[in-house]
Amino acid sequence: MEVGQMQRRLVDYTKTLFMEGFLDAQFLQLQQLQDENNPDFVVEVVSLFFDDSEKLLNNLSMALDQPNVDFKKVDAHVHQLKGSSSSIGAQRVKNACIAFRNFCEEQNIDATLRCLQQVKHEYYLVKNKLETLLRLEQQIVAAGGSIPMIDMGF
Amino acid sequence: MDSCNCIEPHWPPDDLLMKYQYISDFFIALAYFSIPLELIYFVKKSAVFPYRWVLVQFGAFIVLCGATHLINLWTFTLHSRTVAMVMTTAKLFTAVVSCVTALMLVHIIPDLLSVKTRELFLKNKAAELDREMGLIRTQEETGRHVRMLTHEIRSTLDRHTILKTTLVELGRTLALEECALWMPTRTGLELHLSYTLHQQNPVGYTVPIHLPVINQVFSSSHVVKISPNCPVARINSSVKYIPGEVVAVRVPLLHLSNFQINDWPELSTKRYALMVLMLPSDSARQWHFHELELVEVVADQVAVALSHAAILEESMRARDLLMEQNVALDLARREAETAIRARNDFLAVMNHEMRTPMHAIIALSSLLQETELTPEQRLMVETILKSSNLLSTLINDVLDLSRMEDGSLQLDLETFNLYAVFKEVLNLIKPIASVKKLHVSLNLAPDLPEYAIGDEKRLMQTILNVVGNAVKFSKDGSISISAFVAKAELLRDSRAPEFFPVPGDNHFYLHVQVKDSGIGVSPQDIPKLFTKFAQTQSTAIRNSGGSGLGLAICKRFVNLMEGHIWIESEGLGKGCTAIFMVKLGIPERLNESKLAFMPKVPPNLGPTAFPGLKVLVMDENGVSRKVTKGLLVHLGCDVTMVSSSEECLRVVSNEHKVVFMDVCAPGMDGYEIAIHMHEKFTRRHERPIIVALTGNTDKVTKENCMRVGMDGVILKPVSLDKMRSVLSDLLEHRVLFEAI
Repeated sequence: MEVGQMQRRLVDYTKTLFMEGFLDAQFLQLQQLQDENNPDFVVEVVSLFFDDSEKLLNNLSMALDQPNVDFKKVDAHVHQLKGSSSSIGAQRVKNACIAFRNFCEEQNIDATLRCLQQVKHEYYLVKNKLETLLRLEQQIVAAGGSIPMIDMGF
Repeated sequence: MDSCNCIEPHWPPDDLLMKYQYISDFFIALAYFSIPLELIYFVKKSAVFPYRWVLVQFGAFIVLCGATHLINLWTFTLHSRTVAMVMTTAKLFTAVVSCVTALMLVHIIPDLLSVKTRELFLKNKAAELDREMGLIRTQEETGRHVRMLTHEIRSTLDRHTILKTTLVELGRTLALEECALWMPTRTGLELHLSYTLHQQNPVGYTVPIHLPVINQVFSSSHVVKISPNCPVARINSSVKYIPGEVVAVRVPLLHLSNFQINDWPELSTKRYALMVLMLPSDSARQWHFHELELVEVVADQVAVALSHAAILEESMRARDLLMEQNVALDLARREAETAIRARNDFLAVMNHEMRTPMHAIIALSSLLQETELTPEQRLMVETILKSSNLLSTLINDVLDLSRMEDGSLQLDLETFNLYAVFKEVLNLIKPIASVKKLHVSLNLAPDLPEYAIGDEKRLMQTILNVVGNAVKFSKDGSISISAFVAKAELLRDSRAPEFFPVPGDNHFYLHVQVKDSGIGVSPQDIPKLFTKFAQTQSTAIRNSGGSGLGLAICKRFVNLMEGHIWIESEGLGKGCTAIFMVKLGIPERLNESKLAFMPKVPPNLGPTAFPGLKVLVMDENGVSRKVTKGLLVHLGCDVTMVSSSEECLRVVSNEHKVVFMDVCAPGMDGYEIAIHMHEKFTRRHERPIIVALTGNTDKVTKENCMRVGMDGVILKPVSLDKMRSVLSDLLEHRVLFEAI
């Protein structure tokens, strides 16, 4: 597939992600920060997000598995996850985290467990999407083209 | 009278006998009386005689003897007792005196004898003294002569006069027949007769230097007697002439180096002259010791005088030479100045005169191009145009170069648009590049100012030349042009060791790099690239049509702009990178904030508003930390990251201008840090600006932040523009509390 086609596909895909609420404007900011001094910025941040989130989700699972749930700790983890996801622009994950925190304050175990599931679900979704996106970008760069800037008109 | 005791004579007195006795006695008496008289007379005459008393005694003795004999006269006949008595008395007296005298004489005669020896001794002494007197007198005379000679010799510094005077004076003093001086020749193998006393023009007699007699003279520091028959003595051409006694002495020819500072001159000089002195042949004179001494002393003096004269001659000669050289140099300088003036005049005239016809040719050819032409004609006109363009460029280059070498070329400094220059170059080069299927990319750094102060035309000429070369010498591939502001650390480039640019407040160094993938340059040709008219083998292969002046002119321009240009290439076929740095001024009116300028930039060139701003970011969350860092780095800040409050307090210093801290994590007290920081930095201007990043939107957070003395609160997530404006506001006002 030639470069122009690939670029168009990328643009379309990105647009759908935004429309579906998986990514918000923050992700665009990240893309803007990428230049020739920092050519892999987005990839690095996204990878970091993935690592961080895996760890946090594991911790959350463990914490909520305890007989005596330490809600403070759980809240701390969720807070971190919320921060990360909002930094990267993973909107749905962030929203899920916000809901999670509310239930943590209430110390509602069942609700928090449900929230955890929700967060996990959202996270894996967005992870999938981001990986696809990044793969598309890589293909374009390998074919000699440049990654098009997306003007979302937000 | 009868009781005469006299003895009766036994025989009768003989009459004859008696007569003779009588006469003898008489004469004896006479003699005896006259001798004392004579003695007295002569003693009276000489006053010196020391033994008067002896003489008196002697006189008495003699007188008495005479008296005795006189009285004896009366005893021949009968005589009375009185006579006998007188006779006895006289005899008694005589006896006494004579015994006494005899005894005295025993003492006196040795004395008298010793007087004689003393007289002899004194005579000898007198003779000796005489001799000594004679010696002293001659010595004194010699000394006088030497002083006089020395005076004469040393009264002149002219070598010839010295030698002539020496010979003359010596001749006069010693009454010589002939005196000659033999000097060693330049080769040192012969002695050459240089001066003589009486012969006016000594013909060029030479004598080999290694004759035994000469060696003998040279090896002794004294005067040496030589045989009159040896060659050095035979200076008179007449065969019959045989000189008297001849002596010779060496005269050392001293050089300056012989005089040690503290010692007398070492006589280890190798060069001697020979002085030969001949006594007159007709007198039987011999050489006296004092005369030889005189000669030796004179020889030494002559040596010294000669060396003085030689030194003086040397210095005079050196001075004359220097004066001559000075005059010549002066003349050469004036000639050079005249030449330069002539050339400048010529150039000034030709500048105008050459350009006018060129202009006409080019203009009219272009006009001709516009008209109806057959293809052949068009081709011809195009060729004419191309050639005349080339010629015009060549003329301009040559004239420019010569003006630059004069130092009369000056830059026209003005404010111009830097970006526009690069765009123009790109536009000019794109057609040719696309024909050659070369890909040209331009990369301007975000921190490159839009406007700069410099000579726009010449900068463009330089860039165009460099880029043009890249295009010319590449058959395919790509050309990349990049320009950025040279950073302070990078300014000291090992490739340009003599280049020491000093960054300052009102100027910056533009660093331009043009990389091509063309045929490259071999490393040994690189230095030649910038020399005028030098075309390397590789450049000559490509019929570039260039004059070889392009890079030389670029170098001149770059130097005028206080910069440096160089070319790197890994070798033939490996492409080439041309790099140059020039100094450009920063226009005043854009320098609003004390930190940097905020130009209006085209959107695809992201600007940096805060170059080098030192910022500390504290955030527990790795991802958000990375994002914030990315933001700030993109804005050109120098970011330090910490992930905990202890680390933050440890790392923070007054170099950090801004501290961003995440305060919304529960359990982490960013507020405490703010308080600590206030304690740590007591002075307001030393303390970094503390800004809280928070995801909380409630008023409480804001109030808390204000309470602990934070300078600002920002809501996460922060966009690039927001961060930029936040930073600029903060740095201007030092406080920012955005409406949450």
